[in-house]
Amino acid sequence: MITENASLKPAARRRLNLGKYAGFFLVLPSIIAVGIFVYGFIAWSVRVSLSQWKGLTPDYTFVGLKNYINLFSDPRFMVDIRNTVIFTLVFVLGSLTIGLTLAILLDQHLPGEAFFRSLFLFPMAISFIVTGVVWRWMLNPAITADRLSGFNLLFHNLGLDFLINQWHLTPTWGIAAVALAAIWQMSGYTMALYLGGLRAVPDELREAARVDGASELQVYRRIILPMLWPVTLSAVIILGHISLKVFDLIIAVAGKQLPLDVPAIYMWQTTFDGLFYGRGASIGILLLISVAVLIIPYLYYSLRSGGES
Amino acid sequence: MTSTTAARSPKRRFRFQGRYLLLIPLLLMTIFYLLPLYIMLVTGFKSFAEVSLQTMWNLPGGFSLENYIAAFEKLAPHLKNSLMMVIPAAIISSMVGSVNGFVLARWRFPGSNLVLPLLLFGMFIPYQSILIPLAVFMKNIGLAGSIPGLILVHVIYGIPITTLTFYGYYMTVPKELVEAARIDGAGMFGAYRHIFLPVSAPAFVVVIIWQFTSAWNDFLFAVILTGNENWPVTVALQNMAGSQIIAWNVQMAGSFLAAVPTLLVYIFLGRYFLRGLMAGALKG
Repeated sequence: MITENASLKPAARRRLNLGKYAGFFLVLPSIIAVGIFVYGFIAWSVRVSLSQWKGLTPDYTFVGLKNYINLFSDPRFMVDIRNTVIFTLVFVLGSLTIGLTLAILLDQHLPGEAFFRSLFLFPMAISFIVTGVVWRWMLNPAITADRLSGFNLLFHNLGLDFLINQWHLTPTWGIAAVALAAIWQMSGYTMALYLGGLRAVPDELREAARVDGASELQVYRRIILPMLWPVTLSAVIILGHISLKVFDLIIAVAGKQLPLDVPAIYMWQTTFDGLFYGRGASIGILLLISVAVLIIPYLYYSLRSGGES
Repeated sequence: MTSTTAARSPKRRFRFQGRYLLLIPLLLMTIFYLLPLYIMLVTGFKSFAEVSLQTMWNLPGGFSLENYIAAFEKLAPHLKNSLMMVIPAAIISSMVGSVNGFVLARWRFPGSNLVLPLLLFGMFIPYQSILIPLAVFMKNIGLAGSIPGLILVHVIYGIPITTLTFYGYYMTVPKELVEAARIDGAGMFGAYRHIFLPVSAPAFVVVIIWQFTSAWNDFLFAVILTGNENWPVTVALQNMAGSQIIAWNVQMAGSFLAAVPTLLVYIFLGRYFLRGLMAGALKG
């Protein structure tokens, strides 16, 4: 850049210098907006989280980390952490498994490939609320023979009675049932990510391995799967941060029930129903920290490798 | 080259048969993906008399629109709210993103490399971490509870993804073209208008679709920032599903109505929708 400028005529250089910051003024409104609405509001939330604000009128009296410390001895928040861990594990592992399997199947150049691809992706276009309302009825928890409905009824009709269960009413693991709905919604997206990765594997590499006598299975295990690690990493980060924030899907499937509570629901209820602003803000900040741990290294990595030109 | 293909073709034909077995898992998964859609549609077309949870998977005996009519009566004003909110939000977002992407990709200024990552962070934050200040702020500037307030919020929190998409797109415009224009004396606006804007249509489509879908599907901002009569359809639907009074068959019909606009966008413009997803690759 410097050398290019130096080679220009003096007049042109002067004009460039004058206009050097013109672009800055064009993006300034966005910088200000994001500065206020993202960074400013985060700082403001931190301040609320360190205050004793409770009730309708703001009260910024500093109480240090009290809200945070209280959360970690709060049984409800412990349930939230447990649920988030279960949800994340089921959702991320489920989406990765289904996504990768579908991508490999679609990579075989079978007839109807484009149809399958669009079909597996369509849930992405639907809101979590719609998904949740429909799944609420498919996950109908009734288990008595004459009241079976939803998946349980389907299992019964298929002679798979041993699969009948109470879904989201199952103690401790109920949240995993909601994760099924999330898998339905996001596994197609995971498939698309993997398919992009598979298509980037050069054909020559596969051919070379086959010529060397590798079976189709070996080609995948030894050559292709190891090349998909970066895709898996991206997918884990994208899916992981969705599951940390999960909110509307759970509300739509099960309403606000304590056994299915997650931090985002607790935050909402305690703040806007209970008016415990200090506590609500500290849950929000804890969520932010856990997402940032995932995202900042990822942003750093992908922007560095993703390419300046 | 020809010899390889010839040598390989018998082997190909041999594998040809076996490969078809792979369609079985794909078809099973197709059923899995279609089940919720099936339930939504089938339940919607049943008459009130026919609807029972125990016959949920059965096909409707006739063709009744009762559920859709009942759901539409409840949701119509909210569908309208959603449209009035989503269309301006998507258009404004795309204009903002285009200008930002242009500057950050091809009209840089000292320090501009820092701007993109700083903006992008806003794409991932859990909104719970800004919700309290947002609610207070919107109330203070008099936009709480209104549709314009919701539009503003979608535009601002859309800045990262829209900027990123246009940035990626404009990076494909050769740098030399811009340098040449600069040397010819073209100013910033001239370069944008004559070089970038004319080739931007595909990126605009991607971004408009993306913002349309995410604003339409949003629940969190809507439930915090709008009052009853301004609720977009997601909030109204959730409220309908949460009430004990409204039968589940009407809820199903309502879900379908709420999903139709984005589904149509997906069916007719899915190619672009997918590109929006992938262009982000980052977006969640």
